[in-house]
Amino acid sequence: MNIHEYQAKQLLAQYGVAVPPGDVCSTPEAALAIAERLFAKGEKLVVVKSQIHAGGRGKGTFKSGFQGGVKLCKSAAEVHEKAKGMLGQVLVTKQTGPEGRLVSKLLVAAAPAIRKELYLAVLLDRAASRPLMMVSTEGGVDIEEVAEKTPEKIIKEIIDPAVGMMPYQGRKLAVALGLKGDLIAQGAKLLMGVYKTWWECDAAMVEINPLCIIEGADGKEGLVAVDAKIGLDDNALYRHKNILEMRDLAEEAPLEIEASKFNLNYIKLEGNIACLVNGAGLAMATMDIIQHFGGSPANFLDVGGGASKDQVTAAFKIILSDPNVKGILVNIFGGIMDCNVIATGIVSAVRETGLKLPLVVRLEGNNVEAGKRTLTESGMTIISGDSMADAAQKVVKAVGK
Amino acid sequence: MAILVTPQSKILVQGITGTFGARHTLLSLAYGTQVVAGVTPGKGGQLFENQVPIYDTVAEAARQTGATVSAIFVPPPFAGDAILEAVDAELDLVVCITEGIPVNDMVKVKRAMQGSRTRLIGPNCPGIVTPGTGKDSHGGCRIGISPGYIHKQGNIGVVSRSGTLTYEAVWQLTSRGVGQSTCIGIGGDPVNGTSHLDIIKMFNEDPATEGIIMIGEIGGSAEEEAAEWIKNNCKKPVAGFIAGATAPPGRRMGHAGAIVSGGKGTAAAKIQAFRDAGIGIAATPSEMADTLLKMM
Repeated sequence: MNIHEYQAKQLLAQYGVAVPPGDVCSTPEAALAIAERLFAKGEKLVVVKSQIHAGGRGKGTFKSGFQGGVKLCKSAAEVHEKAKGMLGQVLVTKQTGPEGRLVSKLLVAAAPAIRKELYLAVLLDRAASRPLMMVSTEGGVDIEEVAEKTPEKIIKEIIDPAVGMMPYQGRKLAVALGLKGDLIAQGAKLLMGVYKTWWECDAAMVEINPLCIIEGADGKEGLVAVDAKIGLDDNALYRHKNILEMRDLAEEAPLEIEASKFNLNYIKLEGNIACLVNGAGLAMATMDIIQHFGGSPANFLDVGGGASKDQVTAAFKIILSDPNVKGILVNIFGGIMDCNVIATGIVSAVRETGLKLPLVVRLEGNNVEAGKRTLTESGMTIISGDSMADAAQKVVKAVGK
Repeated sequence: MAILVTPQSKILVQGITGTFGARHTLLSLAYGTQVVAGVTPGKGGQLFENQVPIYDTVAEAARQTGATVSAIFVPPPFAGDAILEAVDAELDLVVCITEGIPVNDMVKVKRAMQGSRTRLIGPNCPGIVTPGTGKDSHGGCRIGISPGYIHKQGNIGVVSRSGTLTYEAVWQLTSRGVGQSTCIGIGGDPVNGTSHLDIIKMFNEDPATEGIIMIGEIGGSAEEEAAEWIKNNCKKPVAGFIAGATAPPGRRMGHAGAIVSGGKGTAAAKIQAFRDAGIGIAATPSEMADTLLKMM
């Protein structure tokens, strides 16, 4: 699960990580009020940031024509005006795809004077099976590009989960970031706070880009997380009720939400051949084989190891809600599950949905003969596939017609 | 011979009285597997299905029955604890079937297992099958949730992160009359106990294994590491398939570990690593067995 920037900053602040003062709002009037408060406290610049689960907001364009999902403002009146331009509008960035995302919340926050932009992230190092903190002096830019062109500028520190992040590791990374004097201790403390956020919230990833050296009101330098992104481990959400409440359904595809209600794992893709498969590995492989034979998969759909008749029906309804779908491939390896149960589910789903599109079914495994008989005796025009390759070729051909 | 388990291995089941654990324990018993004990705290002294004694702790079950292997079916919040209980009882092998364990729990478990004598397979895996010689491979050792009857005793080792793709490969072999030494699903989570490479090394040393099918998927770099080792060390032919070439980046494809992030873990990179290592690449998942058999 992903959360918004303002929510990520709330979590980080709970672990002592400095973030610019500000607040979230959903009306231009509320944005104005927050801005007035910030300017009254002596802030010189205030930033208005669209809250969507996608990057590239600053360079994005609203479908209304309004430029930029992140705007720096010199007065409260300007904040009010920019907020009006963003709220209720659809923002398109390089990460949202052409359909864009509706902006219904804004973060209005102080925009401190930035001396230098740094990068900081915590994630799992899969090879080591341990947490990894990664920092770079090259903040504010695409880190993948830094990793590719100047990998030496990315400094990594593996954390031992038995003791957690130690202060010396924080100091080591702070020094590697070029921090000096008082900022070393401040940096170490901030880094440890970010690690603690990652570990205690069961995050999959925490990314602060940029982490900024700023000039405070008193002229002294300080460190602040100017942007923040947090992704959570879905498997651990059961023990974080507060974080679960941060879920924003508007950021998720409606069909994927519907699928999750039936414990189906569905991911919409751009193609026109829908697939319904048991098992994640086989579901991926089914998408791959469709493409191999010149087709294009419309979705990933894993109905799980013990799919019931109701689940199969729900799965059919979900894949048929995608208007791009021109044909369906069902690929079931019924190891323990009875192929006839699946076949019965398919027949009932086809009846219930009044399916008109070509349907290719490949059944293999337990009680497969009875399953095939059920399909044949249904009198429906179901194309049978003997192997994955055979089934994929048949559905690609049927859709191509 | 085989790797990790033989038909003589004595198995205990943690979570034997749960719906999922009970169902698969019955299937293993029907397959002829030596399931000698169950563990459910508080139900010690009872019998599972009038035949398998239940104990309160893993240590007690192992001491009383001589079980050296555990199959874990307990729910995700308690699975990490269950694994470490089996490690504490000094079992040889723990196979954790449970799907949905928080990643940080597994990070802690793996750290705590350092220096222990126990090997962990999984979590989020279909388990292990060493086929038997009877009808439909009856008499083998089945740990986990794989369908036993699709197997046949023979000389091909199969290792995969995915359950259903393992079955697919096994079934392709069996329907061509070719049997398997041992088939292992190492699991779809980002942190697991045993890697592709660990299993490949075992197959390489196993006299009963003459060829290997290795199935990978997007995410992480375990397939690349195995390929690198195979290039320089493996004495046996290896054929492979990588799932997820069409998966969009940044999305988890069912398995918690199946994700391309930051441009890392792509199918293209893994397929290239396979090619560089001389591993036979199945162009489609339908050709996994044929690709290997052509090499042998």
